[in-house]
Amino acid sequence: MHIVVCIKQVPDSAQIRVHPVTNTIMRQGVPTIINPYDLFALEAALALRDQHGGEVTVLTMGPPSAADSLRKALTFGADRAVLLTDRFFAGADTLATTYALATAIRKIGETFGAPDLVFTGKQTIDGDTAQVGPGVAKRLGLLQLTYVAKISALDLDNKTIEAERRSEGGVQILQTRLPCLITMLEATNEIRRGGMADALRAARAEVVTWSAKDAGVEDITKCGLRGSPTIVKRVFAPQARAEKATMVDFSDTPPADALIAELFKRQPKLETELATLARGY
Amino acid sequence: MFELTEDQIAIRDMAQTFAREEIAPHALEWDAAEHFPIPTLKAAAALGMAGIYVRDDVGGSGLSRLDATLIFEALATGCPATSAYLSIHNMVAWMIDRFGAPEQRAKWLPKLCAMDLVASYCLTEPGSGSDAAALKTRAVREGDHYVLHGEKQFISGAGASDLYAVMVRTGGEGPSGVSTVLVEAGTPGLSFGANEKKMGWKVQPTRAVIFDGVCVPVANLLGAEGEGFKFAMAGLDGGRLNIAACSLGGAQSAFDKALNYSGERKAFGKAINQFQALQFRLADMETQLEVARTFLWRAAAALDRADPKATRLCAMAKRFVTDAGFEVANEALQLHGGYGYLADYGVEKIVRDLRVHQILEGTNEIMRVIIARALVQRGN
Repeated sequence: MHIVVCIKQVPDSAQIRVHPVTNTIMRQGVPTIINPYDLFALEAALALRDQHGGEVTVLTMGPPSAADSLRKALTFGADRAVLLTDRFFAGADTLATTYALATAIRKIGETFGAPDLVFTGKQTIDGDTAQVGPGVAKRLGLLQLTYVAKISALDLDNKTIEAERRSEGGVQILQTRLPCLITMLEATNEIRRGGMADALRAARAEVVTWSAKDAGVEDITKCGLRGSPTIVKRVFAPQARAEKATMVDFSDTPPADALIAELFKRQPKLETELATLARGY
Repeated sequence: MFELTEDQIAIRDMAQTFAREEIAPHALEWDAAEHFPIPTLKAAAALGMAGIYVRDDVGGSGLSRLDATLIFEALATGCPATSAYLSIHNMVAWMIDRFGAPEQRAKWLPKLCAMDLVASYCLTEPGSGSDAAALKTRAVREGDHYVLHGEKQFISGAGASDLYAVMVRTGGEGPSGVSTVLVEAGTPGLSFGANEKKMGWKVQPTRAVIFDGVCVPVANLLGAEGEGFKFAMAGLDGGRLNIAACSLGGAQSAFDKALNYSGERKAFGKAINQFQALQFRLADMETQLEVARTFLWRAAAALDRADPKATRLCAMAKRFVTDAGFEVANEALQLHGGYGYLADYGVEKIVRDLRVHQILEGTNEIMRVIIARALVQRGN
């Protein structure tokens, strides 16, 4: 089994500051990390590999320094790392990014064996679009399962996978055919810790580095800024809302009663509506 | 030599991450509760840190002494005493790897490297510390067993460990009468003193180990009779590097706290790090740490290539690095003012922990004896 995991190197948002006057993100000197959502995808992929055998290839598109994140992924136990780096890729929006990644995944398939599964995180902490995973699936013609919380079964002989997908109001249990793309939900597993042997293996591993040409990109105008129709109109820090918290006194009344009384006070119609509804039963 | 290789940076980063995430957040709590963090040590073992310089055919990591100093310094940034305990375990594992017979290596090392067995090293006795060759714990051979009588003092991990590497007297007076035997916990006649109340190193138990007719199979003798003192001393060269590395890591952590604090704390209308008197002290502390680190690496590299001066260099490193480490940590406490004296800031624990690094694994006075002995011999 061959699994490709797409990761992204992002600024560590815990250490980002917004300039108080210009409201722009101050990126200088901010350390980079693997997009935390991607770690859930990576762990899910590693766990499947451990269970069923095979290889995990991690892929990223970014500047040469993104190799650091790939090495980090290798210390967690990934088998191979591919860096897609080229100045033509700079400034890509999600459309251009999915084009580049899909091209690279095809190339990975030709070079190292066709992937049975492609994993991405649900979204990134810098762009927050959650578009790249589905976009890659669409471009590669893969079936896709998004917001997956758990892979409940994998049958390599019959090429099927069953996953729990969290949706509004419940959990869907879905089955689909391989190959497919999965976007993993956060907090669904915990990334393992690589040992001394993994650290050494990662330090010694060669990161496969591909330019646009190496990856087999045919239309350079679909890459980077040129291939990105998205226009960022404005970046701003949300205004803090000036809302006062209400203190509810529980000393004389049971908490539920006190809260319901407070609710009815604020929504005067609610009580009559509920009463009407109740009469219907 | 003056730049770490990519391999070394990788293992150091890995140990630093482990220290930051698994040790540092709990260190104060463990210290206050005198809790011996065995599960955390086992987690470190699972990552390859319990048999650092044990060969890999038995589950060791097969790394060098220099690599080990990087690991112990990194772990000590989380807690010097936790890191130091792991170094003792590593010393025992190394001793069996280095001097054990193939059957002994196969029997003990996979379990030691996984920390399914936790090990302690027993050399010091109530009546012999610096003069280790005067040890009196006796092992008398009776058939295919040795019968042990005596007492060991200041044994880290005692009572909690599963395996004890014990220096015993099988022959006459002096170093040539000393042998090394492995004693398993639970052997009849083996008992322990009370957990000592100590200034620091509270995360690991320290007890006397008492042998009252403890029967040990001859198969547990390491090497030949009479070789024990040689093994003990050989172990100490590396042990001293590790104890120094642990001091360095602790001091680095105290320094980082002081540097951070001096940027936050305001007095007389500005951050205290804007006062030149304080800047000079920070500069001196950083210099001390870098000099100590550089020399520690040199001594470790000498031991790795079996340089004839290695013992002396290790003694110099132990003496210098542990003195510098304590001074820097103590200075970091001073820079915190009254807050440095409070447990919550984490600096006083480091000072308490690092004080003993000047005493154990050969006192810093004995280090001078070792260095001077070599000098005077050469002078003659």
